[in-house]
Amino acid sequence: MSQYPLNPKLFDDDVEQEPIRNGFGRGLKRAGEEDERVVALCADLTESTQIEPFKNAFPDRFVEIGVAEQNLVTVASGMAMAGKIPFASSYAAFSPGRNWEQIKTTIAINEQPVKVIGAHAGVSVGPDGATHQMLEDIALMRSMPNMIVIVPGDGLEAEKAALLAAKNNKPTYIRLNRPKVPIFSTKESPFEIGKAYILRDGRDVSLFGTGTLTYQLLAAAKILSSLGVEAEVVHVPTIKPLDESVILDSARRTGRAVSAEEAQIAGGLGGAIAELLSEKMPTPLMRIGINDRYGESGEPDQLFEHFGFNGDSMAQKVVNFVRNTAQYHRYY
Amino acid sequence: MGKRLSIDELNQKANELRKDVIGMLNAAGSGHTAGSLDLADIFTALYFDILKFDPQNPDWSDRDIFVLSNGHTVPIQYAAMAEAGFFEKSELNTLRKLGSRLQGHPERVKLPGIENTSGPLGSGLSQAAGAAYVIQYLDKNKHRFVYTVMGDGELDEGNIWEAAMFAGKNKLSQLIAFIDRNNIQIDGTTEEVMPLESLKNKWESFGWFVIEIDGHNIQSIIDAVNMAKAITNKPCVIIAYTIAGKGVDFMEYDYKWHGIAPNDDQASDALLQLNDVVEEEI
Repeated sequence: MSQYPLNPKLFDDDVEQEPIRNGFGRGLKRAGEEDERVVALCADLTESTQIEPFKNAFPDRFVEIGVAEQNLVTVASGMAMAGKIPFASSYAAFSPGRNWEQIKTTIAINEQPVKVIGAHAGVSVGPDGATHQMLEDIALMRSMPNMIVIVPGDGLEAEKAALLAAKNNKPTYIRLNRPKVPIFSTKESPFEIGKAYILRDGRDVSLFGTGTLTYQLLAAAKILSSLGVEAEVVHVPTIKPLDESVILDSARRTGRAVSAEEAQIAGGLGGAIAELLSEKMPTPLMRIGINDRYGESGEPDQLFEHFGFNGDSMAQKVVNFVRNTAQYHRYY
Repeated sequence: MGKRLSIDELNQKANELRKDVIGMLNAAGSGHTAGSLDLADIFTALYFDILKFDPQNPDWSDRDIFVLSNGHTVPIQYAAMAEAGFFEKSELNTLRKLGSRLQGHPERVKLPGIENTSGPLGSGLSQAAGAAYVIQYLDKNKHRFVYTVMGDGELDEGNIWEAAMFAGKNKLSQLIAFIDRNNIQIDGTTEEVMPLESLKNKWESFGWFVIEIDGHNIQSIIDAVNMAKAITNKPCVIIAYTIAGKGVDFMEYDYKWHGIAPNDDQASDALLQLNDVVEEEI
């Protein structure tokens, strides 16, 4: 049974909303208060990537890098070499989009506890279009040994993620999004790096979501229930290391799996779950996400509709999947 | 560290390190010979006169930090570290072999005393600058310096010039960078592949103090570092003019020796020449 405390106003019109990046900004500032080794670097995007609260609180521990993402992460590596815990922030399209090799060599192989912050990820960045809609970052970072990959689902979780990343002593990637999204968790909700959480129990299908799509899966599950399909919703905020036992246990109970992410399904959460299930417990899987194409300009809500990421579109896909797919759990 | 070595003693050490490089590359069967040989004098000056470190306590908090940017020249660093007591000389012959701590390109987590993992070019100056920023502005420690060695070929990388701007802006006066100006890279001479000149003007325009020296004159190397330490409002770059493959006549000036190791016959010839140097000079 799910023990996860959900926001009681989850489906109310006045549910609290905020950009996930704002929660990160609060968390980074708190991390700075707790540990003076925490420093922040930014590549000319200090306000929009929410480094500003930290910068205002600790101006001496903020380093402006300019529009130079290769330098951003390599200077961060050098600051870690001198004993600091650097958070290096830019848009995900540029970091890790442009500087992947530097992250691999000087942070991941080098095992320096640098936190790479990729903001404005996914199609939800909106009108800026394909060049700025980073969709490949989960795959890029998940394939990198030593790297932790975190995709918070709302602002409260991003705040907790920043605090814990400051303490984990490991290379870590945190993926953030631009628009306001509903807060589905509470201050009391658990968050540990490497854990997945069952947000809603169900017997017919497991819906595994990450980032902005977890809330949309909760909305989908509500619609599905009215259609006679009881969906289990599992939030997977850490893509690496993947919480294999929670995912396998859920898939075993329901016999059907769906993944949902605002990213390429190849190598993303969908890829990770496909690898896990096919090796350890073959289970019918439908992956919702971006399938081998780039994004395009539009408002975030239009793009969510266009790509089928809102609750009702996903509910429709899941209904068809459930009706056309036998449950496999009886075989395990 | 014990008493300071004389220039004659340092020259003798540089020659020993060159012999170690030939031996380890020959044993490895692959590796980068030219740069490893031409950096022998700079590494001798660094490890036996300039750098502050404790081989028994590589993480000593007051140590100077040395960042190798062009990681392919690490055989000379391994040779210097063994000579300085970080590990036994016998381990040099494990270079590039399965299970060795002496990876083909250096890895920090494998070998204590190595400060950074490198190999892909162009990232060392940024890392050195990041460490120098911390020491100068956050730790406010005036007694630690950060050194880096770059190749000249790697100056083609944009990352280097991003770091040059950053260090210039922040006046990282405890950052001292060497450029191994041997004029070669894999596809030919630097000026054919991608001209670097006027190199001095480039660095000056980025806000650096530039010192040009003969990179095989150990007294000049030490003097240049002392001058760099006295410059307190700018980062310093020492452009060290070197001869690729220095010390072995059939390797000198030849870019083809950038990325290959001497076979048994070539290694014997090279060691004979290097032994002759000892007899002539000492």
